[in-house]
Amino acid sequence: MQADPTLTWNVGRDVGEVLEYHFMVNALLAGSIVAVMAGLVGWMMVLRRETFAGHTLSMMAFPGASGAALIGVPATWGYFVFCGAGALAIGRFSGGKSRSWSEQSATIGAVQALALALGFLFVNLYGGVLGGLDNLLFGTFLGVSDGQVLVLAAVTAGALVVLGGLARPLLFASVDADVAGARGVPVRSLSTAFLVLLGLAVAETSQITGVLLVFALLVTPAATAQAITARPGLSLWLTVAIGLVVVWAGLGVSYFSVYPAGFFITAFAFAIYVIARVIVGVLGGRSADLKAPAPESPPPRGVIA
Amino acid sequence: MFSQEFMRNALLAGTFIALACGVSGWFVVLRGQVFAGDALSHVAFPGALAAAAAGVDERVGLFAATVAVGAGIGALGRTGGAGAGRGAKMAAAAPADDAAIGTVFTFILGVGVFFLTLFSTSSGGGAGIQAAHTLFGSIFGLAAGEARLAAAVALGATLLTLAIARPLLFASVSPEVAAARGVPTRLLGVGFVALLGVVAAEATQAVGALLLLGLLAAPAAAAHRLARGPFAGIALAGLFAVVAMWGGLALAYAVPSLPPSTTIVVLAVGVYILAAFMGRRTVMMRGGAS
Repeated sequence: MQADPTLTWNVGRDVGEVLEYHFMVNALLAGSIVAVMAGLVGWMMVLRRETFAGHTLSMMAFPGASGAALIGVPATWGYFVFCGAGALAIGRFSGGKSRSWSEQSATIGAVQALALALGFLFVNLYGGVLGGLDNLLFGTFLGVSDGQVLVLAAVTAGALVVLGGLARPLLFASVDADVAGARGVPVRSLSTAFLVLLGLAVAETSQITGVLLVFALLVTPAATAQAITARPGLSLWLTVAIGLVVVWAGLGVSYFSVYPAGFFITAFAFAIYVIARVIVGVLGGRSADLKAPAPESPPPRGVIA
Repeated sequence: MFSQEFMRNALLAGTFIALACGVSGWFVVLRGQVFAGDALSHVAFPGALAAAAAGVDERVGLFAATVAVGAGIGALGRTGGAGAGRGAKMAAAAPADDAAIGTVFTFILGVGVFFLTLFSTSSGGGAGIQAAHTLFGSIFGLAAGEARLAAAVALGATLLTLAIARPLLFASVSPEVAAARGVPTRLLGVGFVALLGVVAAEATQAVGALLLLGLLAAPAAAAHRLARGPFAGIALAGLFAVVAMWGGLALAYAVPSLPPSTTIVVLAVGVYILAAFMGRRTVMMRGGAS
């Protein structure tokens, strides 16, 4: 990507310095993998308006990690077990045909509250190591091991293959569930399958960004891209590009600063989102036209700069 | 149990906070704003930490952050009652601005992390404990004055919600008709979310920023399942929340290893699960009869 040279403020030497450290290389690798995965899954999530479900699944990672610590198994297992179970629970209890949005969201909220309560209980039973709690909630970008990078890569590859296979019917079911159902697309099972996939993505992302900040990579790039363009292919690539730029820039800057990577990543992502919304708003206001040919070319340039 | 002062304080503050959560939560669920409530609850965290970093009382930051963001969500959002009454399609029923809410509150959480670092570098230690208190609440740690103030504010929020209950209900159920009849739906929407911000800031002190959604959404959702009329529903939501609060406090007192925030939220969700099963049975019976 062309964004690579803008990794830090004073290019060249600093990039070399960053890459000299193994932990930074690992963090960049893991961050890039996560950005791609979260971007693609998050794009679908934003399209399907399942942001709240995604947020709840990201909260699932908290009891997952603290529960795993409590019974002494690797945290990764806990992440995947709880996020998977949460996805199934949301799919099972809130996906009913006759449910209104308010009822669905109430169910999702209840699931989330229960998960967090359990997580807090696990932390308390574990003995309340507060430093660990902060890491759990806000991530350990800079402490990623080689093994974790491999696991991340494998899970991402698997999830992307599944997402690729589901993409067409899922897009159909997301855009118009009734027509898709009439054409024989299994809307309900697709929805649950997507939630499980979302759970996987979240479980993976939250190991790096922490439970509370998963959303920076899951929702913000996708929301930005979909605000910029309505063309699915373009906005998908834009999502991934924004995610990568944000992760690289955030990690790079946090290396030279005392403040955590999570803050910079969310701040950059949000800044891009606001800039994109403002530009699109200005252009859209000037030519109040449904097709809006203008927003497609200028905003991406503004975004990457 | 009642001979302990911290327990009396917790009960006093907890009862009114639960009441406020239940009553306003009923409208939150009705208006399909659970996600907005969730966002507000998370915003409480950076608010408290910013206040701590600046060296002022954390409640100032709590209220400032939640009320400001609440008014912002209310003003920006097109959510106002849009979800209520719509059925079936998930994509069509969800309000269109959920991605915007998610984006905004992720950023605010990021700012919270920033303040957490700032606070821990400036004051040395204590930041982790402060963060944990804000996120998960410390109802057993309330002093008598704090508890009285919390109870008074929560009672005020409850009464205010009840005072605007009729027009708010009208505006939530059919916004267009209400607007045509001269109800200021826009103002009501903004006012309600700002009020919700006050409730969220209160409840953060009791169960914490991360768990207050349980108190806000679960009793209200249970009441929506069981009660027919709106005012019965509001009463039931308040009742469920207070029962969960009392039960949770008693349970946490009896079993010291259980934190009160957990027991309160687990009981609240338990009530909801029970209500969901009972509601399903009545629906099935009704369906079978007709």
